[in-house]
Amino acid sequence: MSSVIPDTAQTGSGQARHPLTADTAPAAVRLSDAVASIEGRPVLRGIDLTVQPGEVVALLGANGSGKSTTVKTVIGSVPLERGGLELFGSPYAKFKDWHRIGYVPQRTTAAGGVPATVREVVSTGRLPQHRLLPFRRKDREAVDRALDAVGMLDRAEDGVANLSGGQHQRVLIARALVGTPDLLIMDEPMAGVDMASQQILAGTLRHEVGRGAAVLLVLHELGPLEPLIDRAVVLRDGRVTHDGPPPKGAGQHAAPGHEPDSLAHQGCHPHADDDHLTTPRLLA
Amino acid sequence: MIEMLNYDFMQRALIAAVLVGITAPAVGVYLVQRRQALMGDGIGHVALTGVGLGFLFQTSPIWMAVLVCVLGAIVMELVRSRGKQRGDIALAMLFYGGMACGKLLVSMSAQAGSGSLESYLWGSILTVSPSDLTTIAVLGIAVIAITIGLRRQLFAICQDEEFARVTGIPVRVLNLLLAVTAAVTVTVAMRVVGLLLVSALMVVPVAAAQQLTRSFAATQAAAIALGITVAVAGVAGSYQADVPSGPAIVLLAIAIFAVFSAIAAPLARRRHRAAAEHEVHEVHEVHEVHEVALPTQSSHKQSGHKQGDHSRSADARSGHKHSDQTQEGSERTPGREPSANGARKSDPIASTGLAQ
Repeated sequence: MSSVIPDTAQTGSGQARHPLTADTAPAAVRLSDAVASIEGRPVLRGIDLTVQPGEVVALLGANGSGKSTTVKTVIGSVPLERGGLELFGSPYAKFKDWHRIGYVPQRTTAAGGVPATVREVVSTGRLPQHRLLPFRRKDREAVDRALDAVGMLDRAEDGVANLSGGQHQRVLIARALVGTPDLLIMDEPMAGVDMASQQILAGTLRHEVGRGAAVLLVLHELGPLEPLIDRAVVLRDGRVTHDGPPPKGAGQHAAPGHEPDSLAHQGCHPHADDDHLTTPRLLA
Repeated sequence: MIEMLNYDFMQRALIAAVLVGITAPAVGVYLVQRRQALMGDGIGHVALTGVGLGFLFQTSPIWMAVLVCVLGAIVMELVRSRGKQRGDIALAMLFYGGMACGKLLVSMSAQAGSGSLESYLWGSILTVSPSDLTTIAVLGIAVIAITIGLRRQLFAICQDEEFARVTGIPVRVLNLLLAVTAAVTVTVAMRVVGLLLVSALMVVPVAAAQQLTRSFAATQAAAIALGITVAVAGVAGSYQADVPSGPAIVLLAIAIFAVFSAIAAPLARRRHRAAAEHEVHEVHEVHEVHEVALPTQSSHKQSGHKQGDHSRSADARSGHKHSDQTQEGSERTPGREPSANGARKSDPIASTGLAQ
């Protein structure tokens, strides 16, 4: 009997895991006093958020607290009205190394109007590498590796419209992994994902963290990813209410004898009215 | 049938038909993917103002239409990308304004009442002049180069614009390029299909092709093949039956769509059945992971939390290779190849479950 969890679990901070890079390399993400609004409605009211290289940071909070908007300001799809954003030490406006970032958007059920295969969708993640050049063999191999990592290689030629929610999420993650990013940004990766896929996603993420990638995750609750999280940032009404170790209960493990399904509820539940679509099912 | 090739005007009309058959679906596939299938229709309306200006100033209606369409398409793209709440109203103003302005300009021009406006609206094989053909060829080749050459980039922005932005490709420029390309395609196609039906040749071949295809690349290729077929057959039919070419082409395309839909229905049923079988495998997979997930969680509780214990976990991995493989075997769906290094590194939770 043993546990594989320790090598990726609570090491306290990214520095502990990556002593060589952390002291010298600039932060993967440095968002300071970020203010942003969507359609005139203020959503972020001064957010500070830093993700060090190799660090795994979870963004928690209720619906409407600004989690997703924070992530969207980091990737630049929601403009900042005030405050600063640096990616890998460069101000956003000067940042060019997009190949260092892998983005997994919140999964939507809206499909495109034209069929597309799993391979075609994942291949778009390779655009920062081949740019205007033809798609070459090494690009194809990278796509194969990413699909293999999420267990979808055998579905590569299937249409994305025919996938289940969990399979679709795995495809979106493969698309982000195909360029071997230094920073993975994921918006609710576990939402609406079946159990088998949750396990695969947790394993994939563990591997990416082991490789040294930093991760910024938007989560409803820590759930099965809990052992990976170095730090949690809890938002409420567009402000940071907690920045530190995962909230009480979330970072600890249940005492022996607890029912397995109670473990899921140890995850962070800042707001009880949030929907519990995902993790309870994992252990139920 | 063959003797039609003896006429210069038919040769020109057929060459134009081939170019239109390629370009309209090649652009249309991106518009359909982004659920902007009716954008071509809007540009067609706006193009009428360009034709009217051409009539009024006695210059080439095609080039004036290119100019006006490109401006109109850029406005449409800006409205779309800003996501304005009243964007659809703005577009309605643009479309109807363009159409009304066009008719007004034509009626003010010297050629008013000559019936040539009719040929721009519905397409005419008699009116493709040698200089028109040159214009169509130049513009058509540019459209083909963009839509085929930048397929991966354009696919990315139409498939998931936000993700495309994070890959660092110039999404804004590509969006404008796609809008301009669509505008140019409308003007390329207007002589053959007519402004009122130009959008149909952008959309219907794509809709027909995707009844039978699974990939984007195959859809685009099949739509182009269908586009060429219906455009050439429609122009030939227009010569034989003495009807306007636009309606002939469009009705033919719709007929092919109907046939393909009829073929696709049983095919889709079979695919659904295959997918359902796959789901059964997935359920098995779920079940097995489920069984091993529980002991993992409890073992990990009872063992206490060994923080940062790298060597221990490494031992656990290498020492339990056998169980790892068992897990792999039971979890894989039939026919799935093992990964290159043979290890299922992505699933340590499940492997420790058996390792204890």
